[in-house]
Amino acid sequence: MPRLTIDGTPVEVPPGTNLIEAARTLGIEIPHYCYHPALSVVGQCRLCMVEIEGAPRPTIACYTQAADGMVVWTRTPRVEETRRAILEFHLINHPLDCPVCDQAGECWLQIYYMKYGLYDPRMVDEKVHKPKAVPLGPHVILDAERCILCSRCVRFCDEITGTGELGIFNRGDHSEIGLFPGRALDNKYSGNVVDICPVGALTDRDFRFRVRVWYLESAKSICPGCARGCNIEVHVNRRRPHHNDGRRVARLKPRFNAAVNAWWMCDDGRYGFGFVDDPDRLTAPLARRHGALEPVGWAEAVTEVAAALRRHAPDGVALVASPRMANEDLMALRRLAEHLGIRQVGFRVPPAVPGDEDALLIRADKNPNTRGAELLGLDGDVAALLAAVRAGRVRCLWVFHHDLLECGWPAAEMRAALEAAEVVIWSGTNHRPTAELAHLVLPAAAWVERDGTFTNFQGRVQRFHAAVPPLGEARPDWAILTEVLRALGAPVRATRAEHWFEALAAAVPAFAGLSYRSLGDTGQLVHGATAPEATPAGARP
Amino acid sequence: MSGERLLTRNFDRPDSHTLRAYRETGGYTAWAKAQEMTPEAIIEEVKRSNLRGLGGAGFPTGVKWSFVPRDHPGPIYLVVNADEGEPGTFKDRYLLERDPHAVIEGMLIAARAIRASTGFVYIRGEYVEPWRRFQAAVAEASAAGLLGRGFEVIVHRGAGAYICGEETGLISSLEGKKGWPKLKPPFPAVRGAFGMPTVVNNVETLCHVPHIINRGGAWFAALGTRTQGGTRIYSVSGRVRRPGIYEAPVSITLRQLIYDLAGGVTGNGRLKAVVPGGASAPILRADEIDVTMDVDGLKAAGSMAGSAGVIVMDETVSIPEALMVVARFYAHESCGQCTPCRETTGWVYKIVRRIVEGRGRKEDLDTILDVARRGAGTTICAFFDGAVGPYISYIEKFRDEFEALIPR
Repeated sequence: MPRLTIDGTPVEVPPGTNLIEAARTLGIEIPHYCYHPALSVVGQCRLCMVEIEGAPRPTIACYTQAADGMVVWTRTPRVEETRRAILEFHLINHPLDCPVCDQAGECWLQIYYMKYGLYDPRMVDEKVHKPKAVPLGPHVILDAERCILCSRCVRFCDEITGTGELGIFNRGDHSEIGLFPGRALDNKYSGNVVDICPVGALTDRDFRFRVRVWYLESAKSICPGCARGCNIEVHVNRRRPHHNDGRRVARLKPRFNAAVNAWWMCDDGRYGFGFVDDPDRLTAPLARRHGALEPVGWAEAVTEVAAALRRHAPDGVALVASPRMANEDLMALRRLAEHLGIRQVGFRVPPAVPGDEDALLIRADKNPNTRGAELLGLDGDVAALLAAVRAGRVRCLWVFHHDLLECGWPAAEMRAALEAAEVVIWSGTNHRPTAELAHLVLPAAAWVERDGTFTNFQGRVQRFHAAVPPLGEARPDWAILTEVLRALGAPVRATRAEHWFEALAAAVPAFAGLSYRSLGDTGQLVHGATAPEATPAGARP
Repeated sequence: MSGERLLTRNFDRPDSHTLRAYRETGGYTAWAKAQEMTPEAIIEEVKRSNLRGLGGAGFPTGVKWSFVPRDHPGPIYLVVNADEGEPGTFKDRYLLERDPHAVIEGMLIAARAIRASTGFVYIRGEYVEPWRRFQAAVAEASAAGLLGRGFEVIVHRGAGAYICGEETGLISSLEGKKGWPKLKPPFPAVRGAFGMPTVVNNVETLCHVPHIINRGGAWFAALGTRTQGGTRIYSVSGRVRRPGIYEAPVSITLRQLIYDLAGGVTGNGRLKAVVPGGASAPILRADEIDVTMDVDGLKAAGSMAGSAGVIVMDETVSIPEALMVVARFYAHESCGQCTPCRETTGWVYKIVRRIVEGRGRKEDLDTILDVARRGAGTTICAFFDGAVGPYISYIEKFRDEFEALIPR
């Protein structure tokens, strides 16, 4: 392993490590634009200059591999002077319109100018003009004048998705990013180019001009869009509620996890959060009164649920859990089944349309916690259970999240089951056709409104954190189940999601020894899970 | 200036481009001789000759050949750089048009030296006639069994980008990509065209090789200076009585070239400045022309031999206007890959144009000098350093001319 010295500190790094990464291990940031650890090295921006003893002039760190005995300096006057020059060159033709640029606040031109630039601009001539506000595809829009031609987006489409939509056209200072003729930037991962664009050239059509980034708050989370469980950040706008049409969740951004999603997430996941602030959210418990669903208080709703469960023999009750529920919810549900002796419990309902899958991140199973539901032993036969409802053997049915009328089973059969039951309880976040056939509708908190964990397809248990409080009267499923258990006289002390996770770790061997603390930010595999299959998506081949 | 002509010896024959004419003047005898030599012996002979690359960089040819790994398992390529694009340079087009078999013979010998199986000839897109003549010569050589027996030649036409004359930009273009220079190392000799070891040689450089094989490296070396052997073809243009190409030993002085060969200065007859090695070479004043034209002689004089494109300016030429033309060229031809070159070549052109148009500002000249000095050496290829040469030298040597245009 090469041992070198960076800014006077010795460091040992694996062979093949470049100087940017080697410095990073010491907490030293070498500013750069075109370099990205997931992409090929092109050395185009020329910003990452460092001095290497014995070299005649500053050298780019991205293309220099650490070597034994190398002595590297990253903050010498010569390096800083070169850096300032390169920064000035980057801004020669860049519009100085930060106040109206949506990237302001998270722009690496701004950041590095303030940190290393601070020169007075000398460019007094007309800047080069290029196309502005050009939609490249469904999600991404280009401002070619703000582009610094780092080519990260081009390399992403060439090397990660292999779709090759983008190129750099023309020459010299008329060079610009663009689409090849007849193409659109419409691959399943197009939003990632916005993340890796260091400047305001590529912005998100869904997000731009909605809210200034400095008003955003962030919570670590997990994408609920499929069994991959991409690590994400949820960016929410609570400080300027009048922005973004009152929507609290402004955007989702991928969060690095080498074992799961690397730096990326798919567009379906990225733009799939709209339901959270949708007008059709359920914001109060509803109970059927004189044929219509009417809002009731939680006390009344819980009492009715408990009464319905108590009124029927255990074999007359069925629970259809959901692989969209967190491990904590499922643990509370399992406790309920155990408490009442309910044996008809399942979670697997086929989707209306089979899920798509690819070799990068996207999994066919569009549920974030199928593995968790399996490990909790909730994998009963839902079709048989619903047949029992239709046959009148099961009289009380509690369905979590599944919109049975729009699933992969015949709607008529589903309707028959829902209409045959004496009591249908439906838990969900948003109004769905199935809710219309329920006697009790319980508003569940969305995943961004609560804490919890999902177990991904690899068996990795990953935490997600509340970014905003639940809308209206909505509550996490675990909290609702806790209330119902208490109403049924069960000795339950849980007041936080974490308490149910502790119960899970105690009850289910696969989870033994796991805790919120041990899961950390990147999660842990359950016992018996093999190490992540293949290399993480997007890691360099 | 006297001296034997090697490269241009057949130029006066109207049929010089044919195989018959080439054979009649001793063509392909060097190839016959080289076939009796080991690759290592050929390289040693070329090293001894002090032949240096005549495309512009002046790198010792034999040394470049010796960088190719001997035990490479896959194909090895020879690439001929016939993308002659350096402003003021027009020698290779004559070689391709009038002595294409000399290029082919040089390629055959070079290919044997580096064990290349294929030679790519990258011809500048605008060179239509040279391309036709060269294609015809390749067909003749193939029909005569000179090519196609272990070495084949593929002719590729460029599309008119100056940067495709930079050897790794050329390779990118040859590979079907945008003509962007590549990061080095690896150098082409180790990993070049299509990922294989590749030697890129200029047309004129290769034309010298048969002479070196026939008459020996020591003889060739003796024609030149201590560090550079042989003759080369000077393209002389601008304000001279007889513009054109002149072959002369590299030890000729710039003064001899202008006054003895090209017939002296026209215009008002008084020399103001000379660019000695193509547009990228720093300009020399009239009092700086007693310098030998070899690589090291011009380097010592603060300029460079480059591609031996000699551009002569008399006293009526406006240096700021000349710089504007040069700056426009570099702004137009920058490939746009590296930030310093992409952004500043356009900027410098705008500043110089503004000065020429009478709207200059006091600080403009120092801005250009500062930008040039700070940007030099920060890019992937030598293109920007080639632009910096004229930026700095034109302004430093003729600053008063620029200042005279700037309103007080």
